[in-house]
Amino acid sequence: MIDSKERASKLGYLPPKTDWMDTPTVYKEGMYCYAAKPSRLEYMDWPYPKDWSCVDEDWQLPENWKEIVLKGMKERLEKYRTFKIFMDICVRCGACADKCHFFIGTGDPKNMPVLRAELIRSVYRNDFTKAGKILGRIAGARELTIDVLKEWWYYLFQCTECRRCSVFCPYGIDTAEITIIGRELLNLLGLNIDWIAAPVAFCYRTGNHMGIQPHAFVDMLDFFTDEIENATGVRCEQTFNKKGADLLFICPSGDVFGDPGTYTCMGYMILMHYLREVHGLDITWSTYASEGGNFGLFTSHETMKRLNAKMYAEAKRLGVKWILGGECGHMWRVINQYMVTMNGPADFLEEPVNPITGTKFENAKATKMVHITEFLSDLIKHKKLNLDPSRNDRLKVTFHDSCNPARGMGILEEPRYVIKNVCNHFYDMPRNTIREQTFCCGCGSGLNAGEDMELRMTGGMPRGNAVKYVNEKHGVNTLTCMCAIDRAVLPALMEYWAPEVDVSGISELVANALIIPGEKEKTLNLRGEPIWPKDVDPDEWYKRPDFPGR
Amino acid sequence: MNKKYMYSLLAVIVLILLPYVGVEAVGLQVLFGIIIPYLAVLIFIIGFIYRVMDWASSPVPFRIPSTCGQQKSLPWIKQNKIDNPFTAGGVIIRMILEILFFRSLFRNTRFGLNEGPKISYVWEKWLWLAALAFHYSFLTVLIRHLRFFLEPVPVCLQLLEKVDGFFQVGLPGLYMSGAVLLAAVTFLFLRRIYLPQMRYISLAADFFPLFLIISIAITGILMRYFTKVDVVGIKELAMGLASFHPTIPDGIGVLFYVHLFLVSILFVYFPFSKLMHMGGIFLSPTRNLPNNTRAKMHINPWNYPVKVHTYDEYEDEFREKMKEVGLPLEKE
Repeated sequence: MIDSKERASKLGYLPPKTDWMDTPTVYKEGMYCYAAKPSRLEYMDWPYPKDWSCVDEDWQLPENWKEIVLKGMKERLEKYRTFKIFMDICVRCGACADKCHFFIGTGDPKNMPVLRAELIRSVYRNDFTKAGKILGRIAGARELTIDVLKEWWYYLFQCTECRRCSVFCPYGIDTAEITIIGRELLNLLGLNIDWIAAPVAFCYRTGNHMGIQPHAFVDMLDFFTDEIENATGVRCEQTFNKKGADLLFICPSGDVFGDPGTYTCMGYMILMHYLREVHGLDITWSTYASEGGNFGLFTSHETMKRLNAKMYAEAKRLGVKWILGGECGHMWRVINQYMVTMNGPADFLEEPVNPITGTKFENAKATKMVHITEFLSDLIKHKKLNLDPSRNDRLKVTFHDSCNPARGMGILEEPRYVIKNVCNHFYDMPRNTIREQTFCCGCGSGLNAGEDMELRMTGGMPRGNAVKYVNEKHGVNTLTCMCAIDRAVLPALMEYWAPEVDVSGISELVANALIIPGEKEKTLNLRGEPIWPKDVDPDEWYKRPDFPGR
Repeated sequence: MNKKYMYSLLAVIVLILLPYVGVEAVGLQVLFGIIIPYLAVLIFIIGFIYRVMDWASSPVPFRIPSTCGQQKSLPWIKQNKIDNPFTAGGVIIRMILEILFFRSLFRNTRFGLNEGPKISYVWEKWLWLAALAFHYSFLTVLIRHLRFFLEPVPVCLQLLEKVDGFFQVGLPGLYMSGAVLLAAVTFLFLRRIYLPQMRYISLAADFFPLFLIISIAITGILMRYFTKVDVVGIKELAMGLASFHPTIPDGIGVLFYVHLFLVSILFVYFPFSKLMHMGGIFLSPTRNLPNNTRAKMHINPWNYPVKVHTYDEYEDEFREKMKEVGLPLEKE
């Protein structure tokens, strides 16, 4: 892969000379994910499983594929007002064009949100509007052909459904919604990517995307218990599938599985141990509902519902009061905007109250599910956590707002409040790159595979650039985030665009700052790094007059 | 030469020639002065209502507002009540700001890639300003035209005209709205031609209404300031239309019929085109719903049961392995 500087210098934004309808789609190596294996589709009872590759000439489509797609479109136009309106009212003002990280990173005009939508809109006009039927191409209509279908596949899997464009659209047209429905249509023909279909099938069977079976799940957390003991001297035993616990905790399985998410997972475990020891709060894990994330969102509304159902089912079976959710991005979009509508009502749970502070989480009284940073903010505000932020003094921290919690929920202050209470050095990235205007990691919506690294590095360019900016300006060395996909993909992105910056979760930072009863003298953080700042004599650092506890 | 705008330009030229020939050579004043305007208004009203009803007939299964600010959460965290509304009141304010002031467009930025690489984002206000200028001047022009349909002319209309003609330039006095409309619509056109990306995404359907509105504005300006048409005759015709006693007074210049025909075409074209964004913005589910689904259950009218993998099936598959690590079981 070419180096980041060279990549940026080669970028151009002039569209090709040929009209976009006449510009053929060329599948470029590194810009697409591999096709879904038939076994995944079979496990999920999805139609048309087959052994295929997206670069094959013949996609082995059913005879009546076109009819299937058009019928699917009609059905969805009748079921989703969003889809119908978004097909009709775009004026092509161009405000969205340079808001997409994939357009910024590739310069490919079909990555402008407006054109991405036009790929589908043109077919809509052709088959569902009078003007398109009469005027054809003059009205911006075109027939659905196999080439158009291949174009859809290529560009619908170059959209991370991050919704940044929808913030700027004067009519609120949400390209994510169009992509979601577009992918649904592709799935009617068995056309998915394996990086989505595999986690979905795993999740359906084992309860989590990683396919971790119950005994392995327990083993992994046991292993972390040993790791935590090495770092802190405290054994943070966890409970699993425990009936009658106060709360059920659900996090993305990515945190259980891969670095650096594992440190976030250890953070959750330390926190739960602390709450049990100090405040008597009993929080349990579930091996069945062992996934917060939901790759169903990237497949179809129905699949999203099928996967999400286990959360309530498990909460009901265990008889907990309410559910606490971990640090995951799209999980929280699903919980905030879909969950109770799909899987509710959750009348077997209690309206969430923090048993330690008595705070009612009014904003979650129907879903009965609280975000860990909402919970942590409340605990910190009421001084229920014994924190020593200087233990994170080695870190100069910035925060990456994940797309879904930012634009599909609006949880912006809570994470910042928590971070600022557990770290002494926090610097936000420039305003146009955070909060509701945050830039995607470039890998959301199931595009965090290995084979599309080129796509990931281009899509992550605006984020990488903003991190580089605070790295140069403030010496930021830690990019913290509250999303497991972020934790999985940002290290590679940082290595490429901002090489001095590490990636962490919020709970990891909280756990590092948390003074656990019975802990040994802390010299190392969870990663085994010394906790005093670089270039500082540890003796001096421990002796300084403002050292907490002095 | 861009085919897309040539098609549109050609179409508008034909649309100008039609009434010109029809009135000047064939004497079809009744067709262009009475029948077509009536038909146009009828099509506009029915078409507009049909389109809105059609949208409304599709349900909103999920609440997916784009949240553009802090959510309502703990009482001491300041919520952004407008950009992330929790209540109907917040939504109403958000919608008013969106509809009257184009709030989302106001956020617009322009991205730039500089040496380094360093990326910059600059506040881009011109599109927002031009859009505001265009829509408000168009509205003013439209309201001003009510004077042709009302006798006596209401005081508020007279006031509007006074404000609009505040600068008292020329005779008859120049209305700012007309000039601003023409300037703004020209800007929007030039944008589509000169910005490469805009040119690339534009369809014939984007140029057509621009040419149409430019032509309407030019014919209007020509009539008022240059050819000095018979205003009394035009008012008589307009009053006749409004009171359903249509007449065709003598001596109205052909330019008026061209103007009226183009306006009629705009009315007819409206419900079938992107101009329906005027109605659509009110129904856009990412803007007109509160972000409160976690507190208040939203009902999906077509929600249906789906196949799920139950805990019992899960335990059945993994029972032995679960037993090995001491996980509690429902069935031993």
